[in-house]
Amino acid sequence: MGGATNLLDLIKKTRNRRIKVLIAKLGLDGHDRGAKVVARALKDAGLEVIYTGIRQTPEQVVETAIQEDVDVIGVSILSGAHIPLMTKLMRLLRERGLGDIPVFLGGTIPLPDIPKLKELGIRNIFLPGTPLRDIIKETLEAALERSRE
Amino acid sequence: MAKLYNDKSLKEIEERIKIWEKETLPKSLSRFPERMDEFSTLSNIKIKRLYTPLDVKDMDYMEKLGFPGEYPYTRGIHATMYRGRIWTMRMFSGYGSAEDTNKRLKFLIEHGETGLSLAFDYPTLVGIDADDPMASGEVGVCGVSVSSLEDMEIIFDGINMGEITTNMTINPPAPVLLAMYVATAEKQGVPYERIGGTTQNDPLKEFIAQKSYVFPPEPAVKVAMDVVEWSVKNLPKWNPISISGYHIREAGSTAVQELAFTIANGIEYVRHLINRGMNVDDFAHRLSFFFDAHINFFEEIAKFRAARRMWAKIMKEWFNAKKERSMWLRFHTQTAGVSLTAQQPYNNIIRTTIEALAAVLGGTQSLHTNSLDEPFRVPSEFAAKIALRTQQIIAYETGVADTVDPLAGSYYVEWLTDKMEEEAWRYIERIEMMGGMTEAVKRGYPQREVTEASFRFQREVEEGKRYIVGVNIFVEKEDEEIRNVPLLDINQKEIEERQKKRLKRLREKRDKSRWEASLNKLHKAAERGENIMPYVLEAVKSYATLGEIMGTLKEVYGVWVEPPIY
Repeated sequence: MGGATNLLDLIKKTRNRRIKVLIAKLGLDGHDRGAKVVARALKDAGLEVIYTGIRQTPEQVVETAIQEDVDVIGVSILSGAHIPLMTKLMRLLRERGLGDIPVFLGGTIPLPDIPKLKELGIRNIFLPGTPLRDIIKETLEAALERSRE
Repeated sequence: MAKLYNDKSLKEIEERIKIWEKETLPKSLSRFPERMDEFSTLSNIKIKRLYTPLDVKDMDYMEKLGFPGEYPYTRGIHATMYRGRIWTMRMFSGYGSAEDTNKRLKFLIEHGETGLSLAFDYPTLVGIDADDPMASGEVGVCGVSVSSLEDMEIIFDGINMGEITTNMTINPPAPVLLAMYVATAEKQGVPYERIGGTTQNDPLKEFIAQKSYVFPPEPAVKVAMDVVEWSVKNLPKWNPISISGYHIREAGSTAVQELAFTIANGIEYVRHLINRGMNVDDFAHRLSFFFDAHINFFEEIAKFRAARRMWAKIMKEWFNAKKERSMWLRFHTQTAGVSLTAQQPYNNIIRTTIEALAAVLGGTQSLHTNSLDEPFRVPSEFAAKIALRTQQIIAYETGVADTVDPLAGSYYVEWLTDKMEEEAWRYIERIEMMGGMTEAVKRGYPQREVTEASFRFQREVEEGKRYIVGVNIFVEKEDEEIRNVPLLDINQKEIEERQKKRLKRLREKRDKSRWEASLNKLHKAAERGENIMPYVLEAVKSYATLGEIMGTLKEVYGVWVEPPIY
């Protein structure tokens, strides 16, 4: 698979700079299994990970992103409330001048909602079953692109 | 003593196996090398190639199995099991407004459901009102929104609460929701003796998994035990607690951890109630349990059988229970939501069928079968009906319910039942040494164990050591099903607006002085450490909202903030 070499190249390219990722549980749901597994996988891949814990409001996530000066944000929602919550988060990020931070979303997301979420500016949506390797790769790519800009 | 095998037979079998290993086995192995170097259950218990009487050679039939309806209840808590009565088919359901859910419950009853089970939305689960800013976007999405007695009255409009039992999956706000249920039944004219059902009300597992905690561990247990104490005295048919392994498992634990942590939680609650001065035989028969039925078929069946045996032993030997019913582990089962895939979603019907079968062969008292569309959203009517029909087919077509505990005596199942029990005891010992589950939870011990296990499982899937059809084997590039599966349409904004308006009206029209007095009395009772249930009931009847009642209790008990562990 080409994926493997790609990922290695990416890890090499990003080795000398510290990439910081915010993993956030937005809203009231307590399903933190996916968020924790992703946080752990990114950490094992050499990234610096800030995990917010559960029940975060969009305001809190934006505040943490500013304070921690993160390169990428990964949001996990399994409550079905992704449209209103992500709409608000993306708006707040733009308002606070963080519109260029790549944002990913993972969780139980019905397919028909994906175009709407992409329109909001979310870089990609990871459905259940997404390999961790893909998540790591896309996170690194997004961080690299942003630093080149 | 009731040993199953005599030494002479065992010796012969042992000799014959040696010959089999020398003559028959190698031929097979050279023609068909085995698929893996090592086979293991989801709890990483190594599975042998073949099980024979030698694997259960020391088994004492009366001590380990006995007869159904008798100690240690390994074979079931009732003598005739499903020959007498099929398990309760209880579909977890609820979405949108109280009106939407009322309609769905009536639909399920019409199609042969025999018990109700309410799913609440997130604001309700964490004890805030639909008009709380934190609730925005979540009202009515993954369950029904209940902010006051008025909502409960609408949910049960036209449903006779004296005739059907209801489970409510609710934890920190359990006293409030139970009070709403009781007040609604009272209005229907149903006497307390006929109000039947369950409140989940299991706070410790909230810290390990599910995570709808509100109060810190100690007051959380105190409040939950208030519900148990009050119910035992006032509602003889109510199961005030459902000690739940389900969420622990869904959060990523192994089957052994699910078994061990659930029983350790149970032990903690029994101790708390005894410390209140209650007699074990006055409440133990009202404790109920809730387990996951995952996809590793035999391991699940072994887990259910081991659970019954362990609990009976604990109640009898640790807590000196005398009544038979105090030793029963009665349980509800739900098939594993986490085993379902978004990819090729119709395959989920098959997974659910196999899991439901394991629950039935494990002797469950009631069962929820997941719908094929649950990786995306709460089920559509179409999907919920297939899930209900799955249970009906198992019950009425397959014949598996026609004899009691049909897998007993299987060398593998009995060996595995023993193995699950043995490994679960080891966890329980560790938790006991920490001073019980409340203490273990405060130290983050079960949380870390579950997190580790879920990461290990994910890694095994990524490395191709575990297969999931449609995810890492038999993957379809163009997945037509995922695109075409019909989903329930929820008009979230409209539901939220309607709920907000209803609450506004309610706050205007209720009797202000009665409402205020009820909350003040509740506050004082909580401060004095009294059982809060009578005060919650009065507050509910004076139309205090869920958020107001929980807010009053938070002032006294505080709130829990979890240290993030990953």
